[in-house]
Amino acid sequence: MQAQSNPATATIPQPPHSGGRTANLLVPTGIAVLILWSWHGTRFDLVGLLGADGRAQMLAYASKLFPPDLSPDLLAKVVYWSLETFAISFMGTFLSVVVALALVFVSSRNLVFTGVLFEVDEAGRPIRIARVGLYVVSRAVLNLLRTVPHIVWALIFVFAVGLGPFPGVLALGLHTGGVLGKLFAEVVEDIETQPLEALQATGASRLQIFFYGVLPRVLPQFLAYSLYRWEVNIREAIILGYVGAGGLGQQIQIAISLFLESKLLTLILAIYLMVTLVDYLSAYLRRRLL
Amino acid sequence: MLPPNPSEAALPFSDRSKFLFPVLFWVCFAAAFVGSWQLAQVQPGLLFEAEGRRNMAKFVTGMFPPELSPDFLRFLVVPLFETIQISVMGTVLAIAIGFPLGLLGTASLAYTGILNDLEIAGSRARRFARTLPYVLARSVLSVFRCIPEFVWAFMFVRAVGLGPFTGVLAIGVSYGGMLGKVYSEILENLETQPSEALQATGASRWKILVYGMLPQALPQLVSYTLYRWECAVRASAILGFIGAGGLGQQIELSMRMFNFHEVVTLVLILFLLVAAVDFLSARARKAVG
Repeated sequence: MQAQSNPATATIPQPPHSGGRTANLLVPTGIAVLILWSWHGTRFDLVGLLGADGRAQMLAYASKLFPPDLSPDLLAKVVYWSLETFAISFMGTFLSVVVALALVFVSSRNLVFTGVLFEVDEAGRPIRIARVGLYVVSRAVLNLLRTVPHIVWALIFVFAVGLGPFPGVLALGLHTGGVLGKLFAEVVEDIETQPLEALQATGASRLQIFFYGVLPRVLPQFLAYSLYRWEVNIREAIILGYVGAGGLGQQIQIAISLFLESKLLTLILAIYLMVTLVDYLSAYLRRRLL
Repeated sequence: MLPPNPSEAALPFSDRSKFLFPVLFWVCFAAAFVGSWQLAQVQPGLLFEAEGRRNMAKFVTGMFPPELSPDFLRFLVVPLFETIQISVMGTVLAIAIGFPLGLLGTASLAYTGILNDLEIAGSRARRFARTLPYVLARSVLSVFRCIPEFVWAFMFVRAVGLGPFTGVLAIGVSYGGMLGKVYSEILENLETQPSEALQATGASRWKILVYGMLPQALPQLVSYTLYRWECAVRASAILGFIGAGGLGQQIELSMRMFNFHEVVTLVLILFLLVAAVDFLSARARKAVG
């Protein structure tokens, strides 16, 4: 632990007034030590990689990739696998939005127990405690969902429901649900309070304030974050193929282990197209919908 | 992270497309939803079947008590360090790849704006010579970025064998692509007055970059790089699953042996690591920004 915490804490730049000189020296030294330690630990060897041997090996491997296998037979299958990967990312993102929406409104402090909505709260103590409890529990759930990597979720669900794309969907849905839930809650907690106060001044109830003051403000942001996570999820859906979720990722793994290099290049091209397509689609939708 | 851009939102779309767009959007959405539901074989019922329930119960009861024996914890120090080291070297390599390519891929340095207008005015050949490196750099970045680090890792396993170095290369290449793209976006969106002022003094392009652009961009560049480092910590843990070492490899081993009480400990350690890195990086970002 000692070796790790030393360089790491040293990378925190000190505020200028508290002994700026030493901090100026400490930070670069800390970063340098951290990098050297990592260089050594990962057996980083660019010379070996880019030296004559490494170059020859990589070139030999790269040349085996060409030409890509573009037979109609394989292409038809690749289209199917791509659609499968797309489907996993799409359903996974959809599920994650459902999970996040289910938890976000009880995970936002200003909707549960503090701020403008609760300034004149007449509820008794037990109800207040229950509210805070609800908030704490849902935040903890979001943390748990987010902390467990999606690949671990996938393994758990493979265990529960068997191989196939469905455990991949569940894994993406839960992990991303945790991520989106946290991001959504931040959006809700950051909204301006003036509109809420104005609504309150007209005598609107809490529910009315929520529907007319909060939702219209946060929905575009929710949408932007969801689309952005979809871009991430199309990549993660490929990774999940590794644990048997099907789609392009699984085929990549098969092609690599069976040394089917020309097929591998076709798959990589398909991934490239797929990821680029989703990036464009998401950017386009963000522009049109917001 | 994603502020809705007012200038983009106000793009003038024609009235007809304003009416058609929601209709088309919902039709496409419904089609994608139904198609994906079938292709992804979504069967919520499976979760409630007796066997699934039994397996989940076995998993949950197997998690407790978490494995916290000193031997096991001592054994985890090396994988934990390895995960950190892979993320650090991966980010360093990503900067080494992303920064030069990002500079080449910055339109305002390469072929547009006040730095270039005079120089390439009226000459197609000069314009082409300036645009070509830009297009090349952008394409390389896009290839690096769009192939997930996991696929890169698989290919580097073939080229350099299993081990942490593979993880470093995979993260370096794919994150290099992302850093390069974002670096160039940051540089393109800077205020141009300082560069103009420097140009008026006769400063070279290199000096304009160093004195006019980088000081302005530095907080954003550092902040995004730190954010990527946070992501790299997670990624390096995941890459362990395919043999790049680190915590991921241990999680996979414990998972395959059905030692769920070890998995709990490992995930907990991963959580602490990610939280610590997030905290450090947030502190550092505050200091530079």
